[in-house]
Amino acid sequence: MRLPREPFFWALFSSGGMLAALVMPALAAVLFFALPLSWLDAGHGALLATFAHPLTRLAVFVLVALSMFHWAHRFRYTLYDGLQLYHLSALIAVLCYGGAAAATLGAAWFLVAFP
Amino acid sequence: MAQETVTFEVRRYRPEREEAPVWERFEVPVREEWMVLDALNHIKDHVDGSLSYRWSCRMGVCGSCGMTVNGEPVLTCATYVASLPRDRPVRVEPLAAFPIVRDLVVDIRDFLVKLKKVKPWLLRKEERSPAEGEYLQTPEELADYKQYSMCINCLLCYAACPIVPLEPDFVGPAAIALAQRYNLDSRDQGQAERMAALSTEHGVWACTFVGDCSVVCPKHVDPAGAIQRYKVSATADWFRSVLMPWRGR
Amino acid sequence: MSEPAGANPRYTPYHPKWYRRRMPIFWWLGRLSYTRFITRELTSLAVAYTALFLLAALCALAYGEADWTAFLERLRHPGWLAFHAGVLLFLLFHTVTWLGLAPKALVVKLGRRRLPDAAVVAAHYAAWAAASVLVVAFFLWRTG
Repeated sequence: MRLPREPFFWALFSSGGMLAALVMPALAAVLFFALPLSWLDAGHGALLATFAHPLTRLAVFVLVALSMFHWAHRFRYTLYDGLQLYHLSALIAVLCYGGAAAATLGAAWFLVAFP
Repeated sequence: MAQETVTFEVRRYRPEREEAPVWERFEVPVREEWMVLDALNHIKDHVDGSLSYRWSCRMGVCGSCGMTVNGEPVLTCATYVASLPRDRPVRVEPLAAFPIVRDLVVDIRDFLVKLKKVKPWLLRKEERSPAEGEYLQTPEELADYKQYSMCINCLLCYAACPIVPLEPDFVGPAAIALAQRYNLDSRDQGQAERMAALSTEHGVWACTFVGDCSVVCPKHVDPAGAIQRYKVSATADWFRSVLMPWRGR
Repeated sequence: MSEPAGANPRYTPYHPKWYRRRMPIFWWLGRLSYTRFITRELTSLAVAYTALFLLAALCALAYGEADWTAFLERLRHPGWLAFHAGVLLFLLFHTVTWLGLAPKALVVKLGRRRLPDAAVVAAHYAAWAAASVLVVAFFLWRTG
Protein backbone atom coordinates (compact mmCIF):
# COMPACT_ATOMS: atom_id res chain seq x y z
CA MET A 1 0.00 0.00 0.00
CA ARG A 2 1.45 3.32 -1.00
CA LEU A 3 2.22 5.42 2.07
CA PRO A 4 -0.44 8.13 2.42
CA ARG A 5 0.76 11.76 2.48
CA GLU A 6 -1.97 13.10 4.70
CA PRO A 7 -0.56 12.00 8.11
CA PHE A 8 2.59 14.05 7.48
CA PHE A 9 0.66 17.25 6.78
CA TRP A 10 -1.72 16.56 9.63
CA ALA A 11 1.28 16.22 11.96
CA LEU A 12 2.51 19.65 10.84
CA PHE A 13 -1.01 21.05 11.18
CA SER A 14 -1.52 19.76 14.71
CA SER A 15 1.92 20.66 16.06
CA GLY A 16 1.64 24.09 14.44
CA GLY A 17 -1.81 24.52 15.91
CA MET A 18 -0.68 23.56 19.40
CA LEU A 19 2.35 25.85 19.26
CA ALA A 20 0.28 28.73 17.92
CA ALA A 21 -2.41 28.15 20.54
CA LEU A 22 0.10 28.31 23.39
CA VAL A 23 2.41 31.05 22.19
CA MET A 24 0.68 33.37 19.76
CA PRO A 25 -1.82 35.24 21.94
CA ALA A 26 0.96 36.47 24.23
CA LEU A 27 3.31 37.13 21.30
CA ALA A 28 0.60 39.04 19.45
CA ALA A 29 -0.17 41.10 22.55
CA VAL A 30 3.51 42.06 22.72
CA LEU A 31 4.05 42.75 19.01
CA PHE A 32 0.75 44.47 18.26
CA PHE A 33 0.33 46.47 21.45
CA ALA A 34 3.07 46.27 24.09
CA LEU A 35 5.94 47.32 21.84
CA PRO A 36 4.27 50.03 19.71
CA LEU A 37 2.53 51.55 22.73
CA SER A 38 5.71 51.35 24.82
CA TRP A 39 4.25 49.17 27.55
CA LEU A 40 7.50 47.30 27.09
CA ASP A 41 10.75 49.04 26.21
CA ALA A 42 11.09 48.82 22.45
CA GLY A 43 14.69 49.95 22.19
CA HIS A 44 16.22 48.97 18.87
CA GLY A 45 19.61 47.90 20.15
CA ALA A 46 18.30 45.61 22.88
CA LEU A 47 15.74 43.94 20.61
CA LEU A 48 18.33 43.40 17.88
CA ALA A 49 20.59 41.69 20.36
CA THR A 50 17.64 39.62 21.62
CA PHE A 51 16.84 38.14 18.25
CA ALA A 52 20.42 37.67 17.17
CA HIS A 53 20.91 34.80 19.59
CA PRO A 54 20.97 31.50 17.63
CA LEU A 55 18.45 29.81 19.93
CA THR A 56 15.99 32.68 19.47
CA ARG A 57 16.47 32.49 15.71
CA LEU A 58 15.74 28.76 15.81
CA ALA A 59 12.63 29.31 17.93
CA VAL A 60 11.37 31.97 15.53
CA PHE A 61 12.03 29.70 12.53
CA VAL A 62 10.17 26.78 14.12
CA LEU A 63 7.25 29.01 15.09
CA VAL A 64 6.93 30.55 11.64
CA ALA A 65 7.36 27.26 9.77
CA LEU A 66 4.86 25.27 11.85
CA SER A 67 2.33 28.12 11.97
CA MET A 68 2.42 28.52 8.20
CA PHE A 69 1.95 24.79 7.62
CA HIS A 70 -0.87 24.81 10.16
CA TRP A 71 -2.53 27.56 8.13
CA ALA A 72 -1.85 25.78 4.82
CA HIS A 73 -3.50 22.51 5.83
CA ARG A 74 -6.48 24.13 7.54
CA PHE A 75 -7.11 26.75 4.88
CA ARG A 76 -6.88 24.14 2.14
CA TYR A 77 -9.79 22.23 3.69
CA THR A 78 -11.70 25.43 4.42
CA LEU A 79 -11.57 26.26 0.71
CA TYR A 80 -12.48 22.71 -0.39
CA ASP A 81 -15.43 22.34 1.92
CA GLY A 82 -16.45 25.94 2.57
CA LEU A 83 -16.57 27.01 -1.06
CA GLN A 84 -16.88 23.53 -2.62
CA LEU A 85 -13.82 24.01 -4.80
CA TYR A 86 -13.04 20.32 -5.26
CA HIS A 87 -12.31 20.71 -8.94
CA LEU A 88 -9.44 23.02 -7.98
CA SER A 89 -8.02 20.65 -5.37
CA ALA A 90 -4.55 20.31 -6.93
CA LEU A 91 -4.21 24.08 -7.43
CA ILE A 92 -5.33 24.84 -3.88
CA ALA A 93 -2.91 22.27 -2.42
CA VAL A 94 -0.01 23.77 -4.39
CA LEU A 95 -0.91 27.34 -3.38
CA CYS A 96 -1.36 26.48 0.28
CA TYR A 97 1.58 24.18 0.92
CA GLY A 98 3.66 26.06 -1.60
CA GLY A 99 2.92 29.32 0.17
CA ALA A 100 3.84 27.79 3.50
CA ALA A 101 7.05 26.35 2.05
CA ALA A 102 7.94 29.74 0.56
CA ALA A 103 7.35 31.48 3.89
CA THR A 104 9.47 28.83 5.62
CA LEU A 105 12.30 29.31 3.16
CA GLY A 106 12.02 33.05 3.59
CA ALA A 107 12.21 32.63 7.35
CA ALA A 108 15.22 30.35 7.04
CA TRP A 109 17.11 32.69 4.72
CA PHE A 110 16.27 35.72 6.78
CA LEU A 111 17.28 34.17 10.05
CA VAL A 112 20.60 33.05 8.65
CA ALA A 113 21.20 36.53 7.24
CA PHE A 114 19.94 38.43 10.32
CA PRO A 115 22.69 40.73 11.64
CA MET B 1 -56.15 12.13 28.67
CA ALA B 2 -54.89 15.53 27.57
CA GLN B 3 -55.12 16.04 23.86
CA GLU B 4 -54.39 18.91 21.56
CA THR B 5 -54.15 19.36 17.84
CA VAL B 6 -50.66 19.89 16.52
CA THR B 7 -49.91 20.86 12.93
CA PHE B 8 -47.32 18.71 11.21
CA GLU B 9 -45.67 19.66 7.94
CA VAL B 10 -44.37 16.47 6.39
CA ARG B 11 -42.10 16.29 3.35
CA ARG B 12 -43.71 14.13 0.73
CA TYR B 13 -42.01 12.79 -2.36
CA ARG B 14 -43.87 10.53 -4.73
CA PRO B 15 -41.80 10.26 -7.93
CA GLU B 16 -44.85 9.11 -9.89
CA ARG B 17 -46.54 12.42 -9.05
CA GLU B 18 -43.89 15.09 -8.55
CA GLU B 19 -40.40 15.99 -9.70
CA ALA B 20 -39.30 17.30 -6.31
CA PRO B 21 -40.42 16.89 -2.69
CA VAL B 22 -43.41 18.94 -1.46
CA TRP B 23 -44.80 19.84 1.95
CA GLU B 24 -48.08 18.43 3.15
CA ARG B 25 -49.92 19.61 6.29
CA PHE B 26 -51.64 17.35 8.75
CA GLU B 27 -53.60 18.27 11.86
CA VAL B 28 -52.88 15.55 14.39
CA PRO B 29 -54.71 15.10 17.72
CA VAL B 30 -51.65 14.50 19.87
CA ARG B 31 -51.62 12.97 23.33
CA GLU B 32 -49.24 14.59 25.78
CA GLU B 33 -46.88 11.61 26.01
CA TRP B 34 -46.65 11.03 22.26
CA MET B 35 -43.45 10.87 20.31
CA VAL B 36 -43.19 12.23 16.77
CA LEU B 37 -43.33 8.62 15.61
CA ASP B 38 -46.75 8.21 17.24
CA ALA B 39 -47.98 11.21 15.26
CA LEU B 40 -46.64 9.72 12.01
CA ASN B 41 -48.33 6.42 12.83
CA HIS B 42 -51.58 8.28 13.45
CA ILE B 43 -51.31 9.98 10.05
CA LYS B 44 -50.65 6.68 8.34
CA ASP B 45 -53.42 4.85 10.21
CA HIS B 46 -56.16 7.48 10.01
CA VAL B 47 -55.34 10.14 7.45
CA ASP B 48 -53.11 9.05 4.58
CA GLY B 49 -52.04 5.43 4.42
CA SER B 50 -49.56 6.16 1.62
CA LEU B 51 -47.16 8.01 3.95
CA SER B 52 -43.90 6.03 3.80
CA TYR B 53 -41.33 5.96 6.58
CA ARG B 54 -39.17 3.52 8.52
CA TRP B 55 -39.55 2.52 12.14
CA SER B 56 -39.28 -0.65 14.17
CA CYS B 57 -38.49 -0.98 17.87
CA ARG B 58 -40.01 2.39 18.88
CA MET B 59 -37.60 2.50 21.82
CA GLY B 60 -34.36 3.89 20.46
CA VAL B 61 -32.30 0.75 19.90
CA CYS B 62 -32.84 -0.29 16.29
CA GLY B 63 -31.80 2.90 14.53
CA SER B 64 -34.54 2.75 11.89
CA CYS B 65 -36.55 5.91 12.56
CA GLY B 66 -33.94 8.61 12.00
CA MET B 67 -35.48 11.73 10.39
CA THR B 68 -35.01 15.49 10.40
CA VAL B 69 -37.47 17.16 12.79
CA ASN B 70 -37.45 20.98 12.85
CA GLY B 71 -34.07 20.93 11.18
CA GLU B 72 -32.41 18.53 13.63
CA PRO B 73 -31.55 14.88 12.90
CA VAL B 74 -33.33 12.85 15.59
CA LEU B 75 -34.87 9.46 16.27
CA THR B 76 -38.60 10.09 15.91
CA CYS B 77 -39.33 7.41 18.49
CA ALA B 78 -37.28 9.33 21.02
CA THR B 79 -38.57 12.86 20.41
CA TYR B 80 -41.53 14.04 22.44
CA VAL B 81 -44.00 16.20 20.51
CA ALA B 82 -44.41 18.16 23.75
CA SER B 83 -40.72 19.13 23.62
CA LEU B 84 -41.16 20.91 20.28
CA PRO B 85 -42.20 24.55 19.93
CA ARG B 86 -45.97 25.04 19.49
CA ASP B 87 -45.99 28.40 17.77
CA ARG B 88 -45.27 26.83 14.38
CA PRO B 89 -45.90 23.53 12.59
CA VAL B 90 -43.61 20.61 13.34
CA ARG B 91 -41.54 19.96 10.22
CA VAL B 92 -40.67 16.35 9.50
CA GLU B 93 -38.26 15.65 6.63
CA PRO B 94 -36.15 12.73 5.54
CA LEU B 95 -32.66 12.39 6.98
CA ALA B 96 -30.22 14.80 5.34
CA ALA B 97 -27.24 13.71 3.21
CA PHE B 98 -28.98 10.67 1.67
CA PRO B 99 -30.97 10.33 -1.56
CA ILE B 100 -34.72 10.28 -0.99
CA VAL B 101 -36.48 7.15 -2.17
CA ARG B 102 -40.02 8.12 -1.20
CA ASP B 103 -41.51 10.46 1.40
CA LEU B 104 -39.38 10.02 4.53
CA VAL B 105 -37.45 6.97 3.32
CA VAL B 106 -33.80 7.44 2.32
CA ASP B 107 -31.36 5.13 0.61
CA ILE B 108 -28.57 4.04 2.93
CA ARG B 109 -26.75 1.52 0.76
CA ASP B 110 -23.81 3.91 0.45
CA PHE B 111 -23.27 3.66 4.19
CA LEU B 112 -23.46 -0.14 4.12
CA VAL B 113 -20.74 -0.28 1.47
CA LYS B 114 -18.54 2.06 3.50
CA LEU B 115 -19.17 0.06 6.68
CA LYS B 116 -18.04 -3.14 5.01
CA LYS B 117 -14.87 -1.41 3.79
CA VAL B 118 -13.65 -0.82 7.33
CA LYS B 119 -14.04 -4.52 8.25
CA PRO B 120 -16.07 -4.15 11.44
CA TRP B 121 -15.33 -7.61 12.81
CA LEU B 122 -12.56 -9.19 14.84
CA LEU B 123 -9.52 -9.80 12.65
CA ARG B 124 -6.87 -12.20 13.88
CA LYS B 125 -3.41 -12.89 12.50
CA GLU B 126 -3.42 -16.25 14.23
CA GLU B 127 -6.63 -17.92 15.19
CA ARG B 128 -6.81 -20.07 18.28
CA SER B 129 -8.52 -23.40 18.21
CA PRO B 130 -11.62 -23.79 20.40
CA ALA B 131 -9.70 -26.28 22.51
CA GLU B 132 -7.35 -23.47 23.58
CA GLY B 133 -10.24 -21.61 25.14
CA GLU B 134 -11.79 -18.13 24.75
CA TYR B 135 -9.96 -14.84 24.17
CA LEU B 136 -10.07 -13.41 27.67
CA GLN B 137 -10.64 -9.73 28.33
CA THR B 138 -10.52 -7.69 31.52
CA PRO B 139 -13.21 -5.10 32.37
CA GLU B 140 -10.66 -2.35 31.69
CA GLU B 141 -9.98 -3.74 28.22
CA LEU B 142 -13.73 -3.81 27.60
CA ALA B 143 -14.04 -0.22 28.77
CA ASP B 144 -11.49 0.85 26.16
CA TYR B 145 -13.88 0.25 23.28
CA LYS B 146 -17.32 -0.21 24.81
CA GLN B 147 -18.51 3.30 24.03
CA TYR B 148 -17.92 2.74 20.30
CA SER B 149 -19.80 -0.55 20.36
CA MET B 150 -23.03 1.23 21.28
CA CYS B 151 -23.63 2.47 17.74
CA ILE B 152 -27.06 1.52 16.38
CA ASN B 153 -26.33 2.64 12.79
CA CYS B 154 -29.11 5.21 12.95
CA LEU B 155 -27.06 7.51 10.65
CA LEU B 156 -28.01 10.72 12.49
CA CYS B 157 -24.27 11.45 12.52
CA TYR B 158 -24.12 11.25 8.71
CA ALA B 159 -27.02 13.67 8.51
CA ALA B 160 -25.33 16.09 10.91
CA CYS B 161 -21.91 15.96 9.25
CA PRO B 162 -21.46 18.58 6.50
CA ILE B 163 -18.60 16.63 4.90
CA VAL B 164 -20.80 13.62 4.08
CA PRO B 165 -22.85 15.43 1.43
CA LEU B 166 -19.85 17.51 0.30
CA GLU B 167 -17.54 14.53 -0.21
CA PRO B 168 -19.61 11.50 -1.20
CA ASP B 169 -16.69 9.11 -0.76
CA PHE B 170 -16.09 10.11 2.86
CA VAL B 171 -16.32 6.95 4.95
CA GLY B 172 -18.22 8.81 7.64
CA PRO B 173 -18.46 9.03 11.43
CA ALA B 174 -20.30 5.82 12.31
CA ALA B 175 -18.11 3.63 10.10
CA ILE B 176 -14.93 5.07 11.62
CA ALA B 177 -16.29 4.76 15.15
CA LEU B 178 -17.14 1.12 14.46
CA ALA B 179 -13.68 0.54 13.02
CA GLN B 180 -12.24 2.01 16.22
CA ARG B 181 -14.48 -0.32 18.24
CA TYR B 182 -12.45 -3.15 16.75
CA ASN B 183 -9.09 -1.39 16.59
CA LEU B 184 -9.25 -0.77 20.32
CA ASP B 185 -10.51 -4.25 21.15
CA SER B 186 -7.74 -6.21 22.85
CA ARG B 187 -8.79 -9.37 21.02
CA ASP B 188 -8.33 -7.74 17.61
CA GLN B 189 -5.17 -7.85 15.50
CA GLY B 190 -6.47 -6.06 12.43
CA GLN B 191 -5.33 -2.44 12.79
CA ALA B 192 -2.97 -2.67 9.82
CA GLU B 193 -5.65 -4.19 7.62
CA ARG B 194 -8.16 -1.46 8.42
CA MET B 195 -5.66 1.27 7.68
CA ALA B 196 -6.17 0.89 3.95
CA ALA B 197 -9.77 2.10 4.32
CA LEU B 198 -9.24 4.55 7.18
CA SER B 199 -5.96 6.36 6.59
CA THR B 200 -6.92 7.76 3.19
CA GLU B 201 -8.14 11.10 1.87
CA HIS B 202 -11.68 9.70 1.97
CA GLY B 203 -11.17 8.17 5.38
CA VAL B 204 -10.33 10.04 8.55
CA TRP B 205 -8.34 12.71 6.72
CA ALA B 206 -11.48 14.13 5.13
CA CYS B 207 -12.83 14.90 8.60
CA THR B 208 -12.32 18.49 9.73
CA PHE B 209 -13.67 17.94 13.25
CA VAL B 210 -16.88 19.89 12.94
CA GLY B 211 -18.09 17.79 15.89
CA ASP B 212 -21.82 17.78 15.12
CA CYS B 213 -21.82 14.00 14.75
CA SER B 214 -21.13 13.52 18.45
CA VAL B 215 -23.70 16.14 19.41
CA VAL B 216 -26.60 14.35 17.66
CA CYS B 217 -25.64 10.76 18.50
CA PRO B 218 -28.48 9.27 20.59
CA LYS B 219 -26.17 6.62 22.07
CA HIS B 220 -23.30 8.93 23.09
CA VAL B 221 -20.84 7.04 20.94
CA ASP B 222 -18.76 10.17 20.30
CA PRO B 223 -17.64 9.36 16.74
CA ALA B 224 -15.77 12.69 16.57
CA GLY B 225 -13.55 11.57 19.42
CA ALA B 226 -13.02 8.19 17.77
CA ILE B 227 -11.91 9.91 14.56
CA GLN B 228 -9.51 12.31 16.27
CA ARG B 229 -7.95 9.47 18.25
CA TYR B 230 -7.49 7.54 15.05
CA LYS B 231 -5.81 10.53 13.40
CA VAL B 232 -3.29 10.62 16.24
CA SER B 233 -2.62 6.88 16.17
CA ALA B 234 -2.45 6.74 12.37
CA THR B 235 0.03 9.63 12.36
CA ALA B 236 2.19 7.98 15.02
CA ASP B 237 2.08 4.80 12.99
CA TRP B 238 3.04 6.68 9.83
CA PHE B 239 6.11 8.21 11.46
CA ARG B 240 7.06 4.85 12.90
CA SER B 241 6.90 3.22 9.50
CA VAL B 242 8.90 6.03 7.88
CA LEU B 243 11.56 6.40 10.55
CA MET B 244 11.81 2.73 11.54
CA PRO B 245 10.77 0.74 8.47
CA TRP B 246 12.36 -2.41 9.76
CA ARG B 247 9.81 -2.73 12.54
CA GLY B 248 6.87 -4.87 11.58
CA ARG B 249 3.35 -3.66 12.39
CA MET C 1 -56.41 15.80 -1.26
CA SER C 2 -54.63 13.33 -3.55
CA GLU C 3 -53.91 13.91 -7.19
CA PRO C 4 -54.28 10.96 -9.52
CA ALA C 5 -51.21 8.73 -9.51
CA GLY C 6 -48.98 8.87 -12.59
CA ALA C 7 -49.35 12.63 -12.92
CA ASN C 8 -45.60 13.07 -13.46
CA PRO C 9 -44.91 12.48 -17.17
CA ARG C 10 -41.15 12.18 -16.53
CA TYR C 11 -41.64 9.12 -14.36
CA THR C 12 -41.31 5.62 -15.76
CA PRO C 13 -43.58 3.26 -13.82
CA TYR C 14 -41.80 1.05 -11.28
CA HIS C 15 -38.39 2.63 -12.04
CA PRO C 16 -36.89 4.15 -8.89
CA LYS C 17 -36.32 7.87 -9.19
CA TRP C 18 -34.47 9.08 -6.15
CA TYR C 19 -34.27 12.73 -5.27
CA ARG C 20 -30.75 13.93 -4.50
CA ARG C 21 -30.36 17.12 -2.50
CA ARG C 22 -27.45 19.45 -3.27
CA MET C 23 -25.44 21.27 -0.61
CA PRO C 24 -25.97 25.02 -0.98
CA ILE C 25 -22.82 27.09 -1.48
CA PHE C 26 -23.41 28.90 1.81
CA TRP C 27 -24.18 25.74 3.78
CA TRP C 28 -22.06 27.06 6.63
CA LEU C 29 -24.48 29.93 7.22
CA GLY C 30 -27.47 27.63 7.56
CA ARG C 31 -26.68 26.30 11.02
CA LEU C 32 -25.08 27.96 14.05
CA SER C 33 -22.75 25.03 14.71
CA TYR C 34 -21.51 25.19 11.11
CA THR C 35 -20.91 28.95 11.29
CA ARG C 36 -18.98 28.49 14.53
CA PHE C 37 -16.97 25.77 12.84
CA ILE C 38 -16.04 27.92 9.82
CA THR C 39 -15.10 30.81 12.10
CA ARG C 40 -12.84 28.46 14.01
CA GLU C 41 -11.23 27.28 10.78
CA LEU C 42 -10.71 30.86 9.61
CA THR C 43 -8.58 31.55 12.69
CA SER C 44 -5.78 29.90 10.71
CA LEU C 45 -5.59 33.17 8.74
CA ALA C 46 -4.83 35.03 11.97
CA VAL C 47 -2.12 32.48 12.77
CA ALA C 48 -0.53 32.90 9.35
CA TYR C 49 -0.77 36.70 9.61
CA THR C 50 0.96 36.76 12.99
CA ALA C 51 3.75 34.52 11.75
CA LEU C 52 4.37 36.74 8.72
CA PHE C 53 4.05 39.85 10.90
CA LEU C 54 6.80 38.52 13.13
CA LEU C 55 9.03 38.18 10.06
CA ALA C 56 8.10 41.70 8.97
CA ALA C 57 8.97 43.04 12.43
CA LEU C 58 12.34 41.28 12.32
CA CYS C 59 12.89 42.79 8.87
CA ALA C 60 12.26 46.26 10.24
CA LEU C 61 14.67 45.55 13.09
CA ALA C 62 17.35 44.33 10.72
CA TYR C 63 17.19 47.41 8.48
CA GLY C 64 18.19 49.73 11.28
CA GLU C 65 16.89 52.02 14.00
CA ALA C 66 15.14 54.44 11.64
CA ASP C 67 13.17 51.65 9.99
CA TRP C 68 12.25 50.13 13.33
CA THR C 69 10.98 53.41 14.75
CA ALA C 70 8.96 54.07 11.61
CA PHE C 71 7.52 50.55 11.83
CA LEU C 72 6.38 51.06 15.42
CA GLU C 73 5.06 54.53 14.55
CA ARG C 74 2.79 53.06 11.88
CA LEU C 75 1.46 50.46 14.28
CA ARG C 76 0.26 53.13 16.66
CA HIS C 77 -2.27 54.28 14.05
CA PRO C 78 -5.81 53.56 15.34
CA GLY C 79 -6.63 51.67 12.15
CA TRP C 80 -3.83 49.20 12.75
CA LEU C 81 -4.65 48.93 16.44
CA ALA C 82 -8.27 48.11 15.67
CA PHE C 83 -7.28 45.55 13.03
CA HIS C 84 -4.75 43.95 15.36
CA ALA C 85 -7.34 43.79 18.14
CA GLY C 86 -9.43 41.70 15.73
CA VAL C 87 -6.45 39.47 14.92
CA LEU C 88 -5.76 38.98 18.62
CA LEU C 89 -9.42 38.02 19.18
CA PHE C 90 -9.15 35.42 16.42
CA LEU C 91 -5.95 34.06 17.97
CA LEU C 92 -7.68 33.76 21.34
CA PHE C 93 -10.59 31.96 19.69
CA HIS C 94 -8.11 29.56 18.12
CA THR C 95 -6.49 28.89 21.48
CA VAL C 96 -9.73 28.41 23.39
CA THR C 97 -11.24 26.06 20.80
CA TRP C 98 -7.99 24.13 20.33
CA LEU C 99 -7.42 23.57 24.05
CA GLY C 100 -11.09 22.68 24.57
CA LEU C 101 -10.92 19.95 21.96
CA ALA C 102 -7.61 18.50 23.16
CA PRO C 103 -9.19 15.72 25.28
CA LYS C 104 -10.94 14.33 22.21
CA ALA C 105 -7.65 13.51 20.57
CA LEU C 106 -5.56 12.86 23.63
CA VAL C 107 -6.84 9.98 25.72
CA VAL C 108 -4.47 9.40 28.61
CA LYS C 109 -4.63 6.32 30.75
CA LEU C 110 -3.07 6.39 34.18
CA GLY C 111 -2.66 2.74 35.04
CA ARG C 112 -6.12 1.33 34.55
CA ARG C 113 -8.24 4.48 34.63
CA ARG C 114 -8.73 7.07 31.97
CA LEU C 115 -7.83 10.66 32.85
CA PRO C 116 -11.03 12.77 32.92
CA ASP C 117 -11.47 15.30 30.10
CA ALA C 118 -11.51 18.23 32.51
CA ALA C 119 -8.03 17.27 33.76
CA VAL C 120 -6.63 17.18 30.22
CA VAL C 121 -8.12 20.59 29.45
CA ALA C 122 -6.82 22.02 32.74
CA ALA C 123 -3.31 20.76 31.96
CA HIS C 124 -3.45 22.45 28.55
CA TYR C 125 -4.61 25.73 30.06
CA ALA C 126 -1.76 25.53 32.57
CA ALA C 127 0.64 25.04 29.65
CA TRP C 128 -0.89 28.07 27.92
CA ALA C 129 -0.45 30.22 31.02
CA ALA C 130 3.16 29.05 31.42
CA ALA C 131 3.97 29.67 27.75
CA SER C 132 2.44 33.16 27.87
CA VAL C 133 4.43 34.05 30.97
CA LEU C 134 7.58 32.82 29.22
CA VAL C 135 6.91 34.90 26.11
CA VAL C 136 6.30 38.10 28.08
CA ALA C 137 9.20 37.39 30.42
CA PHE C 138 11.44 36.90 27.38
CA PHE C 139 10.68 40.42 26.15
CA LEU C 140 10.79 41.93 29.63
CA TRP C 141 14.12 40.40 30.53
CA ARG C 142 15.83 41.37 27.31
CA THR C 143 14.41 44.81 26.78
CA GLY C 144 13.33 46.15 30.17
